[in-house]
Amino acid sequence: MASLEHAAAAGTRVHDETLDNGLRVLIQELHTAPLASVWCWYRVGSKDETTGQTGVSHWVEHMNFKGTTNIPRDKVKGIIEQFGGYWNGYTWIDQTTYTETATRDALDRMLFIESERMASCLYDPADCESERTVIISELQGGENDPDTLLDQELTAVAFKSHPYRHPTIGWLSDLQTMTRDDLYAHYRRFYVPNNATLVIVGDIDARDAMRGVVRHFGGVRPVEVVRRPLTVEPAQLGERRLMVSREGTTAYLKVGVRAPAIGDADFFPMLVLDAVLTGAKGVNLWASFRTPPPQRSARLYRALVDAGLASSVSGGLVPTAEPFLYTMSATATAGTPLASLEAVLVEELDRVRTHGITPGELEKAIHQLRARLVFENDSITHIAHQLGYFETIASWRGVASLQARIEAVTLESVAAAAAGRLAAVNRTIGWFEPRPVGSGEGAP
Amino acid sequence: MTTAHHRGLAPVRAVLDNGAVVIAQQSPTTPAVTINATVAAGTVCDPPAQAGLAHFVSRTIDRGTHARRGEDIAEALDRRGVSLSTSVNRHVLSLVCTCLIDDLDAILDLLADIVRHPAFPEDTVRTRRSEIVTLIRQDEDSPATVATEGLLADLYGPAHGYGRRPRGSVESVEGIDRAALERFHAARFGPGSLSLVLVGDLEPARAVDAARLAFGAWQAPPAPAVALEAPPPAGVRRVRVVPMMNKAQADIAYGFTGIRRSDPAFNAYWLMNNILGQYSLGGRLGDSIRERQGMAYYVFSSLDANVIPGPFIIRAGVSPANVDRALASIDEELTRLAADGPTERELTESKQYLIGSMPRTLETNAGIATFLQTVEFFGLGLDYDLRIPERLRAVTRDDVHEAARRTLVPARATAVIAGPYAPTG
Repeated sequence: MASLEHAAAAGTRVHDETLDNGLRVLIQELHTAPLASVWCWYRVGSKDETTGQTGVSHWVEHMNFKGTTNIPRDKVKGIIEQFGGYWNGYTWIDQTTYTETATRDALDRMLFIESERMASCLYDPADCESERTVIISELQGGENDPDTLLDQELTAVAFKSHPYRHPTIGWLSDLQTMTRDDLYAHYRRFYVPNNATLVIVGDIDARDAMRGVVRHFGGVRPVEVVRRPLTVEPAQLGERRLMVSREGTTAYLKVGVRAPAIGDADFFPMLVLDAVLTGAKGVNLWASFRTPPPQRSARLYRALVDAGLASSVSGGLVPTAEPFLYTMSATATAGTPLASLEAVLVEELDRVRTHGITPGELEKAIHQLRARLVFENDSITHIAHQLGYFETIASWRGVASLQARIEAVTLESVAAAAAGRLAAVNRTIGWFEPRPVGSGEGAP
Repeated sequence: MTTAHHRGLAPVRAVLDNGAVVIAQQSPTTPAVTINATVAAGTVCDPPAQAGLAHFVSRTIDRGTHARRGEDIAEALDRRGVSLSTSVNRHVLSLVCTCLIDDLDAILDLLADIVRHPAFPEDTVRTRRSEIVTLIRQDEDSPATVATEGLLADLYGPAHGYGRRPRGSVESVEGIDRAALERFHAARFGPGSLSLVLVGDLEPARAVDAARLAFGAWQAPPAPAVALEAPPPAGVRRVRVVPMMNKAQADIAYGFTGIRRSDPAFNAYWLMNNILGQYSLGGRLGDSIRERQGMAYYVFSSLDANVIPGPFIIRAGVSPANVDRALASIDEELTRLAADGPTERELTESKQYLIGSMPRTLETNAGIATFLQTVEFFGLGLDYDLRIPERLRAVTRDDVHEAARRTLVPARATAVIAGPYAPTG
């Protein structure tokens, strides 16, 4: 289809340059709106944390909004806002990233902020203390949601040794005991130009932008980032199970299986398999932040929601640097025992393991995934995010080849991925079984 | 100061012979078109004994028509990579999707069938009912939802169109059957209550033709007016606690009844809200409660200027130990803004921010479509995007001060706290 080919060309005209200090710079001109988006990515996430310091990457992210040598604490606000801009950041298992999107004439200020953030954050001890309670509040707010709680528990059980096992926000006791010096040491170790990717997309001139990058970042000195090899998660030897039992009104089921990393041969077959089971999504973490769009011809939707066993079902396969989890989640309708819900879900998994998917399902899934790629190319913020996301876990060139990789998926490769990945021996099954509200059981 | 000026939309608005409104905006960003169909059939239209009816319709309308089975609709959408989202708020029910340009006619034809001829199949109604009951039970387990819905009930009264729970209660939903859904559809859905916005890579004339082809033959009597009483006058301060001892964090919803969208002071309120609880990370409230005191991950205010005076709400999620201190800080910030008004600098910064954010608001097709539906619903005029800057610039410190004085009175505030909290004293 002509329109899809046109869209696929987006992402190919990327200016790719590395400064002498190792900072990788990706610039794409897009003149659809008078805006510019900057993202600065660091190869540091919760997988780079050790026992006693879980959550340090995320806390460091918070501290990096609290003033720098040349941006006093009380001047942080307003620099981007005067250009009508949006700014934010997030931390996950492989990455920490910061962003600004504003009118294009804010570009110089965005680069200034990001260069300051890389080299000159303050880490005032009082600010570190004040942020400790903000983050504990963020953690407790997350735990108010049974689905988040179950997800955290499931991940911790599915991995016994790889650092993907602990939540990005950290364990509570680590948040209570880490010090300002722990935070600052983590910051100094990972926030160096040779560990970062700067992405600029929008209504800008690539050469002008590059000059600005050199002006702001050229003087930042590189420091070698020494990393020990991460523990390799041993093969799973059998199905794992866990139960979260707290007061609540609703029962939740999650089934996680070991997922391929972005560089593994069966990542794209698994992506198609997920589209068949739970519907197509965008291919990055951000896409999973948004409410999954309804795709009611998906197999698990029909088997669980149309059948009245679940009020919702979703699947999550996010590209990661190392093998993470593919998780299927369902919310039981009132009165449906989790055992019944699980039995039907597992029956569907076994069916697709045995018989694979049909040619019609393959064609539909590929078309849906291609349409997602087009629809999500509608803002410079998303386009810039996608480039930086892929560069941080693998290579930005992966963005340009997404469509081709999806189209290359065959019935056989999906069948093989399903047969292997979804096997009982690879599953971790989690239940959130609510206790009656007011019973006093399972209170925090 | 920004120099990258927003160049302005140029939407085309047409009224079909049957009264349906069609608004088209060309936007070449992607080879796709966003369709936003809005019907004046929001939760205020729920009969008092059937709270949750409009929401129930929003979850069943696309599950089968007289000509198409639910699974055929799902297949037709999924085959084209299209996701149709349905949602409902106080005043409108919306169906929104994005499709490739080549699929526009087929999708509009399907959408028109869904909007005009839903069948509400009996078995689907039964399944969806149990799904809705589950959603309501999840809401009842969420401190954020319990606090917000509790506040609206206390501000407007639990039977008022703005005070009712939008999804109803387990009891009210169990009383809604297929006949009730059909009655609601027959009474509320018609070309006169439809506003269709199309934004994408196509000529406006072509968009209007496509809309006429899909919806032009629709005939239905006009919907009866909905009676909406003005909110009860603010009285004394009320603080209600809903204990949820199984939770880790408490949610605060604190607020007042605010203004109509047509209130001449709207722009002053818009700026007041930005200064108090939005600018940068939560305005003055964020500065105090998150940045200086480290008490909350989120705190913000929101303005809902609506057909009648909508709620002005402050929300925060805090540790149970900090609820009293957070409430005192909210009181303090409100009192300060009402007493002294904003500073000149705050006003300038918030104006720059709101004016400068227009290109972002209007960057995507979906963003433009939502904006144009708001423009149509409140009758703001097709050039509203271009008039926003001058309107905001005209607001003075005194205007914002007056808005704060009028509304931000802690002695008349209503608050609901949901979570693991027991009040002291």
